[in-house]
Order: sequence, then C-alpha cells, then structure tokens
Amino acid sequence: MIAILKYNAGNVQSVGNAIQRLGYDTVVTDNVEVLKSADKVIFPGVGEASSAMAYLVERGLDKVIRDLTQPVLGICLGMQLLCTSSEEGNAEGLGIFDNEVKLFPSDDIVPHMGWNDFSKLEGALFKEIKVTDDFYFVHSYYATLNESTIAINNYIVPFSAALQKGNFYAVQFHPEKSGRVGELLLKNFLEL
Amino acid sequence: MLKKRVIACMDIQNGEVVKGINFVDIQRAGDPIALAKRYVDEAADELVFLDITATVENRKTLIGLVSEIASQINIPFTVGGGISTQEQAIDLVRAGADKVSVNSAAIKHPELVSEIAEVLGSQCAVVAIDTKYEDDEWWVYSAGGRIKTALKTVEWAKQVANLGAGEILLTSMNNDGTKAGFALDITAEVASAVNIPVIASGGAGNIEHFADVFTKTKATGALAASIFHYGEISIPQLKQELRNKNISVR
Repeated sequence: MIAILKYNAGNVQSVGNAIQRLGYDTVVTDNVEVLKSADKVIFPGVGEASSAMAYLVERGLDKVIRDLTQPVLGICLGMQLLCTSSEEGNAEGLGIFDNEVKLFPSDDIVPHMGWNDFSKLEGALFKEIKVTDDFYFVHSYYATLNESTIAINNYIVPFSAALQKGNFYAVQFHPEKSGRVGELLLKNFLEL
Repeated sequence: MLKKRVIACMDIQNGEVVKGINFVDIQRAGDPIALAKRYVDEAADELVFLDITATVENRKTLIGLVSEIASQINIPFTVGGGISTQEQAIDLVRAGADKVSVNSAAIKHPELVSEIAEVLGSQCAVVAIDTKYEDDEWWVYSAGGRIKTALKTVEWAKQVANLGAGEILLTSMNNDGTKAGFALDITAEVASAVNIPVIASGGAGNIEHFADVFTKTKATGALAASIFHYGEISIPQLKQELRNKNISVR
C-alpha cells in the first residue's frame, strides 16, 4: 500500500491518480498507524509553506514524518517542508534535509513555470532518465545545493531539483504532471 | 533550459469541445477526454479547458469532467469559465485541476485573485484577459468579450500580478479566429510589464506565428485551439520547426 499524506495542501488527487495508473493501491491518510505501516509514503503538496507546516505540527504529523523508516518521496511543497526552513512565511521545516528554501531573485519571471531539464542527475530515482529529459516545474521558492542534492536545475540560480538522504527522497518538479518521464520516475521510486 | 510552452485550449459547452470564430458562431469539435489524450500523445505542454457556458447547473458537469480529465491526463491543465468565488476555485483544484483561470469575476472583484492565491498558491491563480484594440488603445473586455470595460490592458495586467496572479492568459479579440498571427504588440507590452508568465492567445494560423511570438515577445507560452483540433497544425511538426529555429521546446 502506498500512503499519500493528507494535509491542507492541494494536488493530492493528481499524485494518487498517477500512482494508480502504475497499478499500485493508494490511500490518502493522516492516520499514524497507516502511515507507519505503508510500503512507501508520498508527501505531496501545492500550497503555502507556513500554513502547511502549522497544520502538520498541530496534528503531530511533523514527528510522524521524521520517524518514518520506509522510502518517503516529498514533491514540490512536500520537498520544501522536508528542508530546514523556508523564506515563504518564514516557516520552519522538518529538517530532514540540511537545505534552506529561498525565494527566487526577480531577475527573471517568477514563478519558474514550465518544462525544464537538468545539469546533473544521479541515483536510483533517475534510473533510465537523462539530464536532457524535461520535467514540469512550478514554484517560486527553491532549495539550496548541498551534499544531499541528487539533481541540479538552473533557473536564475542553480538549485536542488532533487534531494536524497537515507530513506528520504524529494523532488521539486511534479512527476505526476511530467508525462512519460514523470511516470518513469514514480515507477523508480515505487520499485526502491 | 526552460522550454517555451505550446498549449492546446478546449472550449467546453455541456461537456463537449466547441470553438467559436471571433467568439460567436460555435461549431462542434469533439470529446474533451479523447482530444486531451491526443494532445498528451502529441507532446502538448499544457492544456486549458474553458467552460464557455458556465451556468450553475453546468458547474457539477464541469467538476465531473475535471475529475475524469485528471484521472487520465498526466500533464498540467488549467480550468476556467465562470469562476467567481474562492470556493469554486478550491472545488476545481480538489477535483484535479492544476490551475484555475478567472476573468470577468476578477474584473468585478479584483480581490478574488488574492483570495485564490492565498489559499491555493499563486501558481494556481491564472488571470485570463480578453483585450481589444479600439481608438488607439488595448481595452479589457469582460463577459466572454461582450462587455467593454474602462480598464487598459497593461494597467490591468500589472494590477493582477500585484494581487498575486501566477500567470496571465492574454487573448486578443482582434486576432482570435483570424489565423493571421498573435497580437505581437500588446503581448510584448504585457509580457515586459509583468514578472509572471504570459501566455499569448488568439490568431495562431501557422508555425511562423508561434516562432514570432516566442522570438519577438517575452511570452513563455502560446495557445491555440481550432488549428490543433482540426489538425491544421500538428504539434510534433510545430515543435520540430521551432527547434530548427533554435527556439527551445520540449
């Protein structure tokens, strides 16, 4: 069973649809036992960082997420909330990844919206995926680079398009909205 | 590198795709799910569904259609048409829409743009602007192009960007349905005046028109409907020719 974390952010439906199309059963839940016993956990999200974080803390889900031991995939806002802090609403993050989340400088169009490729990719999440493959991004805030960075994207500044540390994986782009390569990435995660 | 987006638009009436010529005289063009799947296969970058009837009784049909599209389509899509409250926007996003587009209601109540951006994020809040050149000025029209407002297009675009819009879908009524090309002047002006993505719409008739709008304006997306529906331009061929002109596309 693939658990999709239920919280006050949008886009939960699309992630569930994408995983079901790959033939897996999904459950959208904030139940602690269901989350703990799931084979994999997806932490999706489109929304605002500080209100999402407040919602998680209020329900004790911050601790539950930190203690998960199976593979976890944060997507977009989910990824940003796994970092230490976000400039969006000055939110504190879950601190799984030692990266900060910053607002793009206004040197170019913000949000970064559309299909973009990479300058670096590595690891099992990107099996059979090339640096020239395009994924769909839509975000105004980005995670900085560090040793957890497994994919780099360049838009105004180089930033972490994907992170990995232990059982925690995270992507800034939306694999559930990225056509066939997006499905391939989700399949790679589900087969970890 | 961030790619320029080729966007296919479907006008929806009673659950079916239609396309008006100069916003009137509607013809049938097909089933939205079948057409949407064809566009995904052809590597369209995004889809836009505009409910052109947008009555209360059609609202449920639209929500049902949005869920169906979301369950079958794995690229981003925007839904618009008659959205006048934050609740309606939330319902559409819950049903699976990636973005919602507001138009006339935002003209009446500009705070609607902020309300949607605050709860769903700016990236969900698209403002569609219908513009028409008359008496040496590009004026904003509301109600599907039926009512002229006192708003000047560039000023309105700046205002909605400040209110938290994440994208502007700019349709030139003078160009729409003419197949004579996008309105390069107003598209360039709006895209330079705001720091959010602008989609050019109205007037695409051939591949050169897409190349023009991507090279002569800062628009990051270009939208068309009937020329794609009726196969007058094939999206794969369009993208290949844009690539040949060194325009970065997926």
